[in-house]
Amino acid sequence: MTDEFAISVRGITKRFGARTVVDHFDMDVPKGAIYGFLGPNGSGKTTTIRIMCGLLTADEGDGTCLGFDIRTQPQSIKENVGYMTQRFSLYEDLTIRENLDFVARMYRMKGRRAAVAAALAELGLADRAGQLAGTLSGGWKQRLALAACMLHKPALLLLDEPTAGVDPKARRDFWDEIRRLSAAGVTVLVSTHYMDEAVQCDYIAYIAYGKKLISGPSQDIPGMIGLHTWRVQGPEIGALEAELRLTPGVGQVARFGAVLHVSGTDAVALEGVAKAGMARGLHRWQKKEAELEEAFIYLMAGATDNFADGLT
Amino acid sequence: MSFSPARFFAVLAKEFVQMRRDRVTFALMIGVPIMQLLIFGFAINTDPRHLPTLVEMADSGPVARAVVSGMQASGYFEVIGTVTSAAEGDRALREGSASFVLVIPPGFERDVARGLSPELLLSVDASDPTAAAAAVGAMPGIAATAVAETLSGATALGAKAPDPFTVTVHRQYNAEGKTSTNIVPGLLAIILAMTMVMITAVAIVREAEKGTMEALIATPVRPAEVMLGKIIPYVLVGYVQTLVFLLAAKLLFDVPFIGSRFAFFLGFNLYIVVNLALGFLISTLSRSQMQAMQISFFTLLPSILLSGFMFPFAGMPGWAQAIGTAIPATHFLRLTRKVMLKGAEVRDIAPDMAAIAVIMAVIVVAAMLRYRQTLD
Repeated sequence: MTDEFAISVRGITKRFGARTVVDHFDMDVPKGAIYGFLGPNGSGKTTTIRIMCGLLTADEGDGTCLGFDIRTQPQSIKENVGYMTQRFSLYEDLTIRENLDFVARMYRMKGRRAAVAAALAELGLADRAGQLAGTLSGGWKQRLALAACMLHKPALLLLDEPTAGVDPKARRDFWDEIRRLSAAGVTVLVSTHYMDEAVQCDYIAYIAYGKKLISGPSQDIPGMIGLHTWRVQGPEIGALEAELRLTPGVGQVARFGAVLHVSGTDAVALEGVAKAGMARGLHRWQKKEAELEEAFIYLMAGATDNFADGLT
Repeated sequence: MSFSPARFFAVLAKEFVQMRRDRVTFALMIGVPIMQLLIFGFAINTDPRHLPTLVEMADSGPVARAVVSGMQASGYFEVIGTVTSAAEGDRALREGSASFVLVIPPGFERDVARGLSPELLLSVDASDPTAAAAAVGAMPGIAATAVAETLSGATALGAKAPDPFTVTVHRQYNAEGKTSTNIVPGLLAIILAMTMVMITAVAIVREAEKGTMEALIATPVRPAEVMLGKIIPYVLVGYVQTLVFLLAAKLLFDVPFIGSRFAFFLGFNLYIVVNLALGFLISTLSRSQMQAMQISFFTLLPSILLSGFMFPFAGMPGWAQAIGTAIPATHFLRLTRKVMLKGAEVRDIAPDMAAIAVIMAVIVVAAMLRYRQTLD
């Protein structure tokens, strides 16, 4: 089991006071996969990641991370995992080189100077190594943080919303890098809010209110939800969108430019809506395979922001 | 571009809400003035009474006894016992267990009656000149009244001489009564308390506030490595401060250093550690660097006002002395004055060291309990 999975946990539960933040959570992350971890704010993603890398102790449940027990061997896990926190967590008042050097020393790396020099060259920051990390732009900070947690060549990378607040170009570059690492055999667990990032993952787990709603290979997710989708095209699409939202049998309407994707879990009811639409003759209706985009919109609509009742 | 009262009130209301939400700051805003009022209003008294006094009674006749009870009755002196030798008295002054030692010479009553004008010797710990001044000033009057009331009849004849006896005041440790001699050694306690506590608290909180702590503890680094690594630089800062301070005390203020350097070194290291522990405790209580600063400042106030640094410790009422006793600065200040001014050795400062160690144990336990709570 530990040969096959980089992470394998069962029944992980964590409570802060009376609030259960993570509720009997199971997860298997196959080695070498890019595993997307999705869910609204406050759903327990960060806490779960912290438990898996030994920063927090679970109240219940057990499991392994890279073959090490998450309860008893956090030190070995820390040695072999790269964890990139949600906030920029390098020292803004140290230079780029000093930051990388410090991280390398935390892992007691041999050949530290060479490793730091190689990381700087790879980042393309060799000529700016003396610049304070705090003066970098958001995108560069993310790349630097990624380089810092890859410095000790971990077999598993845990990324907690790595691209929050980064512009699209920097995000694309960041994901190119993640795919490159994955191709080199690194397992990546990444939490994200962005759908365009989620579709790049090999596997997906969706968590809400500390509970896992669904998980599996990305292409299987829409089928697991049992979603049916129709593609609608034609004039005055905005008015139609508003109308369809109120139509019984329609679960959700997503707009992609001039096209609507109308989805629902009740195939018969949805087909009725489609037939009525076609009878009007204004729009073109086509049945299509439900895809990951529709699946996420469906999941997100079901789970509102957890902070809303967390505070009351 | 006109001034909008509605907008102005919105800003005003927002500010009040934020003020109320930041409970630490709010508590300090209310707490600091109350504390200052209590301390300045009730605790501080520059004319202290009931100063601990020892008596060496080589003559225990009625006149001598009248002098002692007169001192007690004056309220300035609190006679806490007798000594049998000069060495014993000196020891008590050096340790700080007594502020005065009165020596009544043998045959005092007889010599007074014969008009020989014998000498009453009052040894004073003048390392805190303010505290001793009033009692010293009152002494000749107290003794004269006691003698006059006790002597009667034939023995009173001789006593009618112009000076039936003399009172000699022997100021020890600070013969010139210079204020700087007293203030400067005490200042070291305050400077170290100020910088060590504040710097440590802020340095630890900064790491948590900026989010770098999480990434740091995600590496294999051990908590002890982080704590020691963060604290040792500030211990060195404390060493440098003390060195600069001692040089300045010698060169600028001509304050002597006559005691054991080793004793000072021991006490000063212990004091640095207790302040770092306090800084660490404050860091576990603060969510931001700003709060860490404010709480540090809050702990500094009693260190300045109730430790005996600025105002005589003996002059404070019991409750204020109790608070003062719980402050490390109080004990380090005594220790420093003893070593620098009174030539104390290691055994003389043992009580102060023990007191600081007890305070440290309490702070460390509190900090550890707090730290565990915030870890998970």
